[in-house]
Amino acid sequence: MVEAIPLDRAAMAARVAQDIPEGWIVNLGVGVPTQVADHVPLDRDVIFHSENGILGMGPAPTPEEFDPWLVNAGKKAVTLKPGAALFHHADSFAMIRGGHIDLCVLGAFEVAETGDLANWSTDSNDKTPAVGGAMDLAVGAKRVWVVMEHTTRDGRPRLVKQCSYPLTALRSISRIYTNLAVIDVSPRGFTVSEMIPGMTLEALQNRTEAKLHLAATTERLS
Amino acid sequence: MIDKRCHVAEALKDVSDGATVMIGGFGAVGQPDFLIDGLVEQGARDLVVVANNAGWSRETGIPRLFDLGRVRKIVCSFPKNSPAFDDLFRVGKIELEIVPQGTLAERIRAAGAGVPAFFTATGVGTQMAAGKEVREFGGKTYLMEEALHADLALVEAWRGDRWGNLSYRGSGRNFNPIMAMAARLTVAQVHEAVELGGIAPDEVVTPGIFVNHVVDINGGAPHG
Repeated sequence: MVEAIPLDRAAMAARVAQDIPEGWIVNLGVGVPTQVADHVPLDRDVIFHSENGILGMGPAPTPEEFDPWLVNAGKKAVTLKPGAALFHHADSFAMIRGGHIDLCVLGAFEVAETGDLANWSTDSNDKTPAVGGAMDLAVGAKRVWVVMEHTTRDGRPRLVKQCSYPLTALRSISRIYTNLAVIDVSPRGFTVSEMIPGMTLEALQNRTEAKLHLAATTERLS
Repeated sequence: MIDKRCHVAEALKDVSDGATVMIGGFGAVGQPDFLIDGLVEQGARDLVVVANNAGWSRETGIPRLFDLGRVRKIVCSFPKNSPAFDDLFRVGKIELEIVPQGTLAERIRAAGAGVPAFFTATGVGTQMAAGKEVREFGGKTYLMEEALHADLALVEAWRGDRWGNLSYRGSGRNFNPIMAMAARLTVAQVHEAVELGGIAPDEVVTPGIFVNHVVDINGGAPHG
């Protein structure tokens, strides 16, 4: 029997990137989602949107390219690709809320089997609440995918029947990429389309609170 | 002759205690630090600050106002990574109104455009919906959000002329153009003051109609 080795973050980001076709306009959340851009082949025309007013964002700058007046949503320095456009926040969020963004990839604390998303607050009193653009992206993009570890650090499931943390949006998520599997949110609930080698549906179910269904064809993640 | 160029102290002399102040910027880019320092000097207290973030390092920008106890409330989307804000918030010495970023931008834009309220899907079913009117349009549920006005907007632009026309650099637009529209008094700090025509008409982003004063800060990279 093959031992199931979870994907690392780079591999998770790379797996998401495989599913982004040429021509899409994509907004990436901070953390692992940001790394997705590094795995989209350079010859595939995908346009990255940054909520602070950039379409056609490129990778981090070399020291020679560095421009202190150009940052991404995570406040990190970035570059512009030929064809890029700059605009203000109301236009940027009109793109988001007006349904013009093909895909948004977000991190999450929990996703419910209905597609409900909790990704902005764990509601502990000592922390400052901060929502940023997550609620707008989760309701406005044409499709919203989540990339996250399958369970919390202490082993609690993140794919749940109902979110316990404060909600970001209702019925928002259509697909989840974890370090163990790719799971679609379908009308009947979580449907597994891929698992890492050595993973069984039973073992995956043990790490998942909500019921898992198997897609008609289930691939092996590599 | 219309000439909106002036010294920061002159631009801010009529700001009163209790004013609502919009402050542009996303991260350090487009943040009008020079004008915030001017507001520190000017002395107005009990301020309501509207900004995307709550600032960063204590030495500059919004955190200076916090540390001096000059801010009663902040309306923002992402007040993380600001030690000065955390200190006040932890002990209940500042009020926080957290607003999703797109709703914040649209509330500001609406104020500038004379739209008193609008409906949005953002926040439906979340704690942001508390106390807000809910309506259905085309079978979907929306929240009513009200326009957000200000007494003063402090914005940063790249170039400005004496009529108040502004252009921006890089990701420095962010909240600045819409805040300039939403306040009774708008003051812009610019890195380069130019003659009329120095910004080509088709490159003006904020037309001077939205700007009352232009303060030339003569360059300097964003910090913090």
